[in-house]
Amino acid sequence: MKRLFVLGLMLMAGAITYAGGYRVSLQGQRSLAMGHTGVAVVNNAELAFFNPAGLVFLESKINAAVGVSAVFSDVVYQNEQYGQIARTDSPVGTPFYAYFSYKLSDKFSLGFAAYTPYGSSVAWEKDWAGSHLVNDIELAAIYVQALASYKITENLAVGGGPIYVSGSVNFNRNLNRTLTDLEGERSNVTVDASGVSAFGWSAGAMWSPMDSLRIGVNYRSEILVKAKDGDADFENVPNSPLTPFQDTKFDATLPLPAELSVGASYQLNDKWLFAFDYNRTFWGVYESLDIDFENANVPDSQNPRQYEDASIYRFGLQYTANTTVTLRAGYYFDQSPVQSGYFAPETPRNDSNNFTGGLSVNVSDSFAIDASFLYSRFEEINESYDYYQENGQNVPFGGTYKSSAFVPGLGVTFKI
Amino acid sequence: MKNYFKYMAILALGIISCEPELENSIEDDGFYAAGEADFTNYVALGNSLTAGYADGALYITGQENSYPNILAEKFALVQETMDFTQPLVNDNFGGLLLGGNQIAETRFVLGGESLATARPARYNGTPTTEVTAKLSGSFGNMGVPGAKSYHLLAPGYGNVTGVATGAANPYFARFASTENATVLGDAIAQNPTFFTLWIGNNDVLSYATSGGDGIYQEGNTNFSEYGSNDITDANAFAFVYNSIVSELAGQDGLGAEGVLINIPNVTDIPFFKVVPVNPIPLDAATAGALNAQFGAYNTAILPGLVQAGLLTEAEANSRKIIFAEGAQNFVTLVDEDLTDITGVLQQEPFNLDPQTAGLLGQLRQATPSDLIPLTSSSFIGTTVNNNPMLVNGVSVPLGDQHVLTASEQALVAQVTAQYNGAIAAIAQNYSLGLVDVNTLLGTIGVDGGTIYQGVPISSTFVSGGAFSLDGVHLTPRGNAVIANEIVKEINATYSANMPGVDVGSYGTVTINNNVQ
Repeated sequence: MKRLFVLGLMLMAGAITYAGGYRVSLQGQRSLAMGHTGVAVVNNAELAFFNPAGLVFLESKINAAVGVSAVFSDVVYQNEQYGQIARTDSPVGTPFYAYFSYKLSDKFSLGFAAYTPYGSSVAWEKDWAGSHLVNDIELAAIYVQALASYKITENLAVGGGPIYVSGSVNFNRNLNRTLTDLEGERSNVTVDASGVSAFGWSAGAMWSPMDSLRIGVNYRSEILVKAKDGDADFENVPNSPLTPFQDTKFDATLPLPAELSVGASYQLNDKWLFAFDYNRTFWGVYESLDIDFENANVPDSQNPRQYEDASIYRFGLQYTANTTVTLRAGYYFDQSPVQSGYFAPETPRNDSNNFTGGLSVNVSDSFAIDASFLYSRFEEINESYDYYQENGQNVPFGGTYKSSAFVPGLGVTFKI
Repeated sequence: MKNYFKYMAILALGIISCEPELENSIEDDGFYAAGEADFTNYVALGNSLTAGYADGALYITGQENSYPNILAEKFALVQETMDFTQPLVNDNFGGLLLGGNQIAETRFVLGGESLATARPARYNGTPTTEVTAKLSGSFGNMGVPGAKSYHLLAPGYGNVTGVATGAANPYFARFASTENATVLGDAIAQNPTFFTLWIGNNDVLSYATSGGDGIYQEGNTNFSEYGSNDITDANAFAFVYNSIVSELAGQDGLGAEGVLINIPNVTDIPFFKVVPVNPIPLDAATAGALNAQFGAYNTAILPGLVQAGLLTEAEANSRKIIFAEGAQNFVTLVDEDLTDITGVLQQEPFNLDPQTAGLLGQLRQATPSDLIPLTSSSFIGTTVNNNPMLVNGVSVPLGDQHVLTASEQALVAQVTAQYNGAIAAIAQNYSLGLVDVNTLLGTIGVDGGTIYQGVPISSTFVSGGAFSLDGVHLTPRGNAVIANEIVKEINATYSANMPGVDVGSYGTVTINNNVQ
């Protein structure tokens, strides 16, 4: 049964879905179950993401954590004035993580991490009312990181390491609201780029002023993923020199913003642990999605985004029921970086309240299974994207949006 | 422990079916309301404008963007409706075959290598819609291209054996229920609960687009005596129109609700706005030669006729032929409303030969108040028998069919107003909705057009957005405007609450370089 279930999750499409903007906060089942807190929690190898400084505080010599989530996320859109309604039929996203640490000495640990903190997968009905903005998009970024963690004093450690990113994007939209070929098929473009690499880093520190209290800070750098010579494939373009559109290459830059986390955890007693994290994601870097087509005759595509830095407030608690079972619960408030008037349906996200839960089951002294569950609750919102232009005029696209996300996840923790 | 996983698996499966739901979804019952109307079974009656005919042809995407089809989509949002069916043709080329022989041309598309040289041209393809291939079933869209008001009541209008002789209509022949069926009869047989009626355009339009090459059948109620370009008598029109509406909406008829759509002024369509009355370029030598040719006519003959009392001073002035060096010389034409002086000119003291006398008989130059049909653009400036001395529109005057003169325009305007008066009265009598397309297209027809739902829209040919490349029929966007106006009228007349039409999401002209 469990093998089948894990296998089933693994087989689902390798796409990824998001939280605020295109950030995917699913970097560890134990942390996620506690509201995705973890910058000041020493629990398992998930520290490689949340705060590498803490890796050296892990008691075992070898620590590993691997997991995957299944993101069921959809959006419904409607416009009452014109009687338009559309739903996404997005593929199930499967963000994953794999962390490993090895304690070289009491003071020094090395680690390795692979995770997927950014991504997006949205598929609207083809030629829906907002198809001039997006039909479908798949955005994925895999982070691979080498880590070191050093204990400066018995209660203070630092850690960090370089990050290699491999990104890919596939984005389809109609060229405008009306252009078709002779058969009435809408003219559209797909931009596709994969294997786009970039580099960054993360670093953190963890301090325990007293045995029951830990304080952590972690910073992950901004990484600009620059697609060069991606493929731009124009379909259903009218057979006429009056349209400039033809297949070409494109350049585009997508920022994966920096993130600062600070937090604290408090071990009340043998049973209860409380954690609080504050995240600041520096989305301000995402001002515009500009697609620069190589063919000079094909007009470049400029899409103002004007994201703003956004905060996330996370709360988690853990209850160690017995030596076999540990239960967790959490909540976080996720502020959207998307500003009013810039609500583009490729990342149609407003602020969300998020509820998490989960448990770990110790199968043996060295092996545990971690399960988590996330429910993201979005308010219905009336919003628009006002910066799409036709003939030099802004043509707003708006309506009522409602999103939902359900994310079950499974992982394993290993330590010896 | 096994149970934990079972629980997680069940939870995960349950989640897959969890879709986000809106508090007030437009799909909820009662979100929109039909009011006092009932859209269960909608039938649209009319001519080419109703059929979705555009760009000089009937083709599938034109039909899909017909205002009745757009309306039917909105009706289906308001209440449970029957599927709205249309007699779709076979392709997007346009054109018709009758027994394998092409009888109607393919559609216009906008061809050309650059915006500067872009021009409407017939698509280079072979039609595949065979008139004799009868469609089965009934159709909600009963729009028949070419139909005049009285055709809706004419038995045999869809008899395929009459198509070749012009006694029947090829478009109706494709889907008429029987050889003797009438358009109205086939509509009534569907027992519509709601209808739209936009008929009467061709009763006056075919006269106008033929440059007034017909007569006003004033007082004649015998339609079998009408030529195809004649104007239907206004009283006969009112009678026919009332009969149609009576059967659909009357107490002795179906008692259906509906909306009537009136007749636009022909002068609001691009068909009469593209070709200027003064398109003739002449160099100084040619202008001089022409003026010399007409010199005696201008300075001796015309004043002589005034002296003889055969012409008024004003008419004589209007008949002067004067050219000048430059690009903007007015065309010459034969105006049937002028006094025919052919005979007089052959007598003393003029003694002209019959050919010259015939040329001058009803000759004048165009004035800014004349209109030239779009279809004459390819004719003006051509030569007769490749003789450079015989240039159509200059040395050879244009025939009546190439110019809609001011007096012909006045007749068209007067009859259109009479038709619209009848339609308004009938709408009131039967408590039906009325969409005043005449006023609406008037706002589009003025220079610069109007802004509709934020979308600039005008009657400018090709680029205006409202009219297709034949200069008469509407684009999908033009159809969307009509549909939106009908929605507004339904909401007002029947206290309904139905959603409007997003005009900007409908296209205009189709570009394609595979042209004839």
